[in-house]
Amino acid sequence: MITAVETYRSAEEAARALGGGGAIYLAGGTLVMAEVNANRTPPRLVRTVDPGLRQIVASSETIRLGAGVTMAQILASRDCAVLHDVARQIGGPQVRSMATVGGNLFARHPYGDLAVALLALGARVALAGQTSLRSLADLLRDRERPALVTQIEVPRPRGDRAFGFVKIARIHPRGASLLSIAAFLPREGSRMRGVRIAYGGMADRPIQAAAVERALEGAVLDEGTIARAVAVAAQGLEPPTDSLASAWYRREVVGVHLRRLLERLSRP
Amino acid sequence: MSDSMIEFRKDLFADERDDRLTVIGKPVRRQDILGHVTGRSPFFDDHLFEGLLHLRCARSPHHHARIRRIDVTEAERSPGVVRVLTGRDVPCNLNTLLSLLDFGIDDEPVLSGERVRYMGEPVAAVIAESEAAAREGAAKVRVDYEPLPHVLDVEEAIKPGAPVVLDIYPGNRFICHGKYDHQKLRFGDVEAALRTADYVVEGRYQMSPIEQAPIETCGAIAAPETNDRYVCYTSTQALFFSLATTSKVLRLPSSRLHFIGGTVGGGFGGKVDSIHEPLAILGAMLTGRPVKYAWDREEEMQVGGPRGAERWYITDGVMRDGRIVARKFVGYFDSGAYTRLTSYAIMKAVGHLPGPYTIPNVYADVYCVFTNRTPATAMRGFGITGVDFAIEAHMDKVAEVVGMNPIEFRILNSYRDGDMKAHRRIAKNCALIECCQVVAEKAGVALSPEAKRASSRQGGGGERAQLPPRTALDEKGRVEGFAAHGYARKGHRRGAPDTPVRPSPEPAFARTSSALPARDIASKPPSTAGAPPQPAPARAAPSQPPLPSPPSGPAPRAPIRFSSISGLRRR
Amino acid sequence: MPKKPITFVLNGAERAAFADPGQNLLDFLRRGVGDLTPKYGCGQGGCGACTVLLDGEPVLACLTLAEAVEGRRVDTVAGLGGPAPHPLQEAFMAHFAAQCGYCTPGMLMSAKALLDRNPRPTREEVIEAISGNLCRCTGYEPIIAAILSAAASGARP
Repeated sequence: MITAVETYRSAEEAARALGGGGAIYLAGGTLVMAEVNANRTPPRLVRTVDPGLRQIVASSETIRLGAGVTMAQILASRDCAVLHDVARQIGGPQVRSMATVGGNLFARHPYGDLAVALLALGARVALAGQTSLRSLADLLRDRERPALVTQIEVPRPRGDRAFGFVKIARIHPRGASLLSIAAFLPREGSRMRGVRIAYGGMADRPIQAAAVERALEGAVLDEGTIARAVAVAAQGLEPPTDSLASAWYRREVVGVHLRRLLERLSRP
Repeated sequence: MSDSMIEFRKDLFADERDDRLTVIGKPVRRQDILGHVTGRSPFFDDHLFEGLLHLRCARSPHHHARIRRIDVTEAERSPGVVRVLTGRDVPCNLNTLLSLLDFGIDDEPVLSGERVRYMGEPVAAVIAESEAAAREGAAKVRVDYEPLPHVLDVEEAIKPGAPVVLDIYPGNRFICHGKYDHQKLRFGDVEAALRTADYVVEGRYQMSPIEQAPIETCGAIAAPETNDRYVCYTSTQALFFSLATTSKVLRLPSSRLHFIGGTVGGGFGGKVDSIHEPLAILGAMLTGRPVKYAWDREEEMQVGGPRGAERWYITDGVMRDGRIVARKFVGYFDSGAYTRLTSYAIMKAVGHLPGPYTIPNVYADVYCVFTNRTPATAMRGFGITGVDFAIEAHMDKVAEVVGMNPIEFRILNSYRDGDMKAHRRIAKNCALIECCQVVAEKAGVALSPEAKRASSRQGGGGERAQLPPRTALDEKGRVEGFAAHGYARKGHRRGAPDTPVRPSPEPAFARTSSALPARDIASKPPSTAGAPPQPAPARAAPSQPPLPSPPSGPAPRAPIRFSSISGLRRR
Repeated sequence: MPKKPITFVLNGAERAAFADPGQNLLDFLRRGVGDLTPKYGCGQGGCGACTVLLDGEPVLACLTLAEAVEGRRVDTVAGLGGPAPHPLQEAFMAHFAAQCGYCTPGMLMSAKALLDRNPRPTREEVIEAISGNLCRCTGYEPIIAAILSAAASGARP
């Protein structure tokens, strides 16, 4: 049962308050308030009204998103165009006007589609009270460790075909994803260099598909390359079985959706 | 509603219908819609009470377990908790929903005290100053469970040695009419007809439980009134059903219960179970304050009674020309842990067999099976929906075997006016052929000239109106020890007050009775009153002596017959 | 546990009430303030029956912390229309866009959020706008028709 709500002016103060334990951080509320309503949280609710967390700062190389930026803000920002297709597929309008970028990084499967896209894009995160940035991949690996993310820095991909995202849901237009795939395919000439492929729904958190990345790295995105990537789409992965899909189903279909996404990105 | 969504086919049966309609086909504004669009329609929770308390149940984490001990001391000390109820606080802690219709044995506690039979079964109710405090208190109810083997599949449940869900039904099968462990339908001689058929086509079909999922979860708010009554605002779909159930469970005359309902935030059948009203009122009685008991969404999905699972085996005998000459069903309804409405559902199902087709030999054994799953209840056409899916899927399969277009195959076998149905009534107001013709037209499926010419009004009756020359009967599944004059009532009428089910001597199941020789009966001409011929029972069921009334509570009622539902197209 | 006083603007009028720690906006509006028009359907953001507008944006009241509305503007169906129904309410009535009526307040607020931003939406935009609201009775078509018709009528209060 919640016994106290603590509201801090700055993210740093909130981070310190969280350090004491027995507390949970409340951002947009779409995940945490559901747990509060079900009496499944620690007794202290910590939040901040730090305006910095709501800011979007774009440069030619990167987009810096405050952790409290909502999906609706992303959709309203021309600078965030690369993320529009992803943000549009998250929740319905109400969820999008509440759910934050920072919260999405900690969302448990089947939520967290934006984190999948950010992982593929090679985003880095800033933590409250720390000056250096940390890779999102690193944060996701041990995201159970308490950390208050304040900013997410997203490199801007070059060209329309350098990034693509697909979300597979049973319910349209709005349903939880049984899996999602994000592909970041930067080109050097005709060859792909620095490929990152991220999956949602294929593990308990967003992960990179190392075998697929190896199949694509340095290659030309043609029919043969796509076939080689699809052949290893589920390699080394142990997807979960849940009410949305079985592990078997996920392994069966991930290659199909990967193929469609890669084919889309291979067209001029 | 926009007119374009409906097409009136006034060319069909035009001579029989009165088309001077004043309402049908014309938009009519609903009388309750202004309340809906202004948010003023008073749903049960839209009433404010000073000092409202919130009730929440502690629930079983096991499918099946014996309760060794329930310890509520920590819950009672939890901040904001006002009172904790267990089964001992419930005046009549055993009920079956249809007992109001004298249908079935009381089998379900309001709060379980000795055994839990499904995951989520309530064992205690915590009443607190806020919903959060009630949740916190419910989490602190300590129950010492001894987990028991459980069974979750209907066919597993009726195997010898399966865990027994309810001691009063040792074979995990509801007793139909006090006589058999299943509901029978016997019409003609299916086995003989299957031997003469050109093809025999078998199929197995099943349907999972379906949650009604109303947007408003089930609930009730009760409060003491100054006139020695209790007011209860409820989401029930069946106000008087809930009123009478509450009267029985709380041993209160219904004149002291002031029920207000009628504004239901979606029901679809899931709001007939009358689960919330008795506990909310009991809470109000014991605390003297208003009490709200409502399910959250998780409870609605987990413990709200769904449309039950069904499994069907269908065997058809069919001739090369597409005529179905025999159809045999073996059906299993998953009642879950208690009877609720499944016993009634199987009667509806069997009355519906073999679907809208004229088949001269029909056989069905349909079982109401108890398992350790959430008790099933009503939902939109329950009893019919699952088997209709099975029948129509099977029709497609048989059509393929005989190489016919599935729509023509249906037209060929459809009921026509005047045909004898398997439950021994004459079919009237048939319209399946016309529906099939329209579907074919809309779907662009070409029909043969004969199928196009077919009519529900032609070709029926005559020989097709006759009962089969002989009907093969059997005593499979005969049981003893249940009174035949009620629906499966056992030795005493209801469980003694405050005690869980303690059946008198176990009924002797005639488990091997399928070995009894089948008997034939001569047909009788169809009665105009539509009463089916009654085969003489092989053995008279031992009649029970008049049953004593319970010490208090409603007076015993005479058994009530279910009336049939008849089509009224033609006047 | 200390309650917190919350001052905010509800349907254009300033209101103040006390919130329990961790109380959500839905419970606060219904029990604390007495506006019973937003409905509880799930408490986890799945159904949209509790949709209200917060500073003009549609949000789920059940997932909004009550004290987060301090100093902000909340709009519910109770403030929709005046002596005469709002064009959306009129269209919902004309198109049979409510059966049991329980999802209706949330549907109306989602529809209002759409039309406030986009007075001439396409059918696809209407579907997207109500994609966070579940209706178990109507099958959605009458609701979509009602919203499109309200938009076509062009009447703005």
